[in-house]
Amino acid sequence: MSGIVSYGAYIPKYRIDRKLIYKAMGWLNPATFMPGEKAVANYDEDSVTMAVAAGIDCLNGIDREKVDAVFFASTTPPYVERQNAEIMASAFDCRADIRTADFTDTLKAGTTAVLSAVDAVKAGSAKNVMVCTGDMRLGKAGSAQEEIFGDGAAALLIGDNGVVAEFGGSFSVSYDFVDHWRGTGERFDQQWEDRFIRDEGYTRFIVEALQGLTKKCGMESSALSSVAYPCLYAGDFKKIAGTLGLSESQCVDPLAGQVGYTGTADPLMHLVGALEAAKPGDRIAVVGFGAGADAVLFEVTEEIEKTRADRRGIRKHLAARRELGSYEKMAAFRNLLPTEKGIRGDTVAFTALSTLWRNRKEVMGLCGSRCKACGTPQYPVQRVCVNPDCGVIDEMVPYRFSDRKGALFTYTGDNLAFSPNPPAIYGFVDFEGGGRYWFDLTDVDLEEVEVDMAVEMSFRKKYVDEKSGIHGYFWKAVPVMV
Amino acid sequence: MTFHEEEDIIMAEGIKDKVAIIGMGCTRFGERWDAGAEDLIVEAFKEAIEDAGIEKKEIQAAWFGSCFDEVNVGKAATPLSLTLKLPFIPVTRVENFCATGSEALRGAVYAVASGAYDICLALGSEKLKDTGYGGLPDFSQVLGTRNRLIFPNITAPGGFAMLATRYFAKYGLGPEEGKEILAMVSAKSHKNGARNPKAHLRKEISVEKILKAPMIAWPLGLFDCCGVSDGAAAAIVCRADLAKNFRSDPVHVKSMQIALSSGEELMYTDWDGTYVKTAVKCAARAYDEAGIKNPREEISMMELHDCFSITELVTYEDLGISPRGKAGNDVRDGFFNLDGKIPCQPDGGLKCFGHPIGASGLRMMYEMYKQFQGKAGDRQIKDPRIGLTHNMGGFPAMNLISVNIVGR
Repeated sequence: MSGIVSYGAYIPKYRIDRKLIYKAMGWLNPATFMPGEKAVANYDEDSVTMAVAAGIDCLNGIDREKVDAVFFASTTPPYVERQNAEIMASAFDCRADIRTADFTDTLKAGTTAVLSAVDAVKAGSAKNVMVCTGDMRLGKAGSAQEEIFGDGAAALLIGDNGVVAEFGGSFSVSYDFVDHWRGTGERFDQQWEDRFIRDEGYTRFIVEALQGLTKKCGMESSALSSVAYPCLYAGDFKKIAGTLGLSESQCVDPLAGQVGYTGTADPLMHLVGALEAAKPGDRIAVVGFGAGADAVLFEVTEEIEKTRADRRGIRKHLAARRELGSYEKMAAFRNLLPTEKGIRGDTVAFTALSTLWRNRKEVMGLCGSRCKACGTPQYPVQRVCVNPDCGVIDEMVPYRFSDRKGALFTYTGDNLAFSPNPPAIYGFVDFEGGGRYWFDLTDVDLEEVEVDMAVEMSFRKKYVDEKSGIHGYFWKAVPVMV
Repeated sequence: MTFHEEEDIIMAEGIKDKVAIIGMGCTRFGERWDAGAEDLIVEAFKEAIEDAGIEKKEIQAAWFGSCFDEVNVGKAATPLSLTLKLPFIPVTRVENFCATGSEALRGAVYAVASGAYDICLALGSEKLKDTGYGGLPDFSQVLGTRNRLIFPNITAPGGFAMLATRYFAKYGLGPEEGKEILAMVSAKSHKNGARNPKAHLRKEISVEKILKAPMIAWPLGLFDCCGVSDGAAAAIVCRADLAKNFRSDPVHVKSMQIALSSGEELMYTDWDGTYVKTAVKCAARAYDEAGIKNPREEISMMELHDCFSITELVTYEDLGISPRGKAGNDVRDGFFNLDGKIPCQPDGGLKCFGHPIGASGLRMMYEMYKQFQGKAGDRQIKDPRIGLTHNMGGFPAMNLISVNIVGR
């Protein structure tokens, strides 16, 4: 039996009320108004960091040594040369003898990556494949895309042992249907006329794929417990359900008014949402739309109950929200507004990539050492034990801090340091089980921070060196999600 | 008998009373848009050599301190030798964060104490106002390629603010109460600095105004932070037994110690974050060498590294002057005021005299020297016997401390 062994999701903490977007930019295109709010990645998040967060949610309690492949799907990868999946595998602290791949260029890349993972497991070339997907597509200021697009991520572990949802079949259609596009080096999404997308693509391909799937599997659509497909147009979302003969309760809420359309991640986020509510025996179909469509069927097993409590998934992330409160802030975070950074923001120290390579486990994977003689965990990697009563040399074993919680020993909110979201908050973390180091904090306001606050580690962009095109990643402390 | 049996250990003699300071110079500190590092070097040197009454050719070796000065004068010790046209003598550049000035002096003093030379020059200078920064330049450029990847987005005020956060938490001080104590520390220094013609910031500031200042790094506001300045300071040191040949009132070095972090503060969890571990270790060694048993009674005056008000507050405790957690009481009692038991920062300190990094340690010593000689003007302390300077480089969690004790 092969299928989903574990699942996870991530929704960035910040949400913006679409009224704020409309208030700022609605004068330009009055027809863009949409209700509700959408999820906005913080300035230090991108498709990779969000997918890492979803991946960590998915890997909760699972030995990372078991992962044989990491696939990443996104249309907004930070790098076009330097494999983004490999950045993620380093962040997860995976083994080196694994396979990694990026799936990109279309919003159905997420479901395609899942199908490739299923194929690899079925073929026996991998026991466990991580599929992580994250997207943060950018619309121009005042565009409909700016209202519709939300940021988010999902991750699935595909394997053949402890399957919570068995792969039940798939049906794909592939067309060079140019609805949205972005050329090399372009930042902003472009699209052809909405009526064309809606009538010629959206309402056809999802139906075609799903009908192909049910036919192939010899079942009626009424036999599906839930169906997850993206919502590009609210009215036509319902129309698709009607064409397929699906009731409202069968359609997974696309969260258009809470998260927005999260691109490549969208169908898998909704699949995770469906799994959270599923019972053994449920049949869930998920459809990825873009350049055609992939429809994939899963049948939930008895194992589902075991994973549920430990996953943050969609539901807990939806609850952990805070208002960004300003369109201008969102625009600045996305570099839509050139902002005055001052000399500290304009000066970016160079990145020694050879240093990064040598220290990749400690930088990307937040791995330090633990002394075999006295047991003291320490970060970063030390050769001489830091315990003053020990001090032995070269008696260290690797020790990963990224999945350890800690207490905030002390902190400050710094207005002198440059931060895209001032003040720059940083402090010391004392880790459960030992070890102390200083880290930036993120996703928190200074007023909420206090000594001894419980924190956990989150993989983030530390800096972007625009001149060299280098995105520097590291770990920051965030309040533990309640 | 082995060497390791205690009674057999031959203790090092140390440097107590082996070296004397016979001349000092210090520029006006401040935003010296008119002066480059070379001008500042010459200004300090000229005063020092005239004060010592020696000729340049009598200097046998020199130590040059500069930290961020690479942006102005470049690396190595040649900026000093070229500027002063030192005639092919040994010149060494030292850099040890913000304790660089004390390190230049320590190099010169230890060289004389070793017997290698009779007369040496120590000169520190810093031209920070050519960096373009308000505050110190960005650390991410200078902390090393690995640290650049993992250090937080830290600045000097933020690094020290975390000391205040922890201090307030441990001793149960609410932000208002804690900040008020810190404000009193700064207000005292402003009062002293206003009386110092060479100081960068010469204005008395009330506690109320200090408390209302803009926040720099929570909980430190603008007036909790020292000035960032241009300046230079210099000392001529010689063998103690020769000192009276040059002047009747030389100042004798009792001890010059430094202590550096071992990594425990940053990476191990037994440091409570409310004090500076190196300062405690360093002070103990300095007191031992200088023969000081009860610092609260024996020390006459101090220049402490008050880069931030909180640094000065915890240093009162680290030096064994105030009991742990009780420095605030001494502050409220005026113990460290110019007319208190141990006047602290009589020249205004880093807070008001300013902080050109390479010069600061020497500037502290300049004030001790002038006080001993009775030349401190309105700031004159009556009959000082023992003076202490405390110079710090780095952050509370990763630093070096220099504690220096001098007397008549």
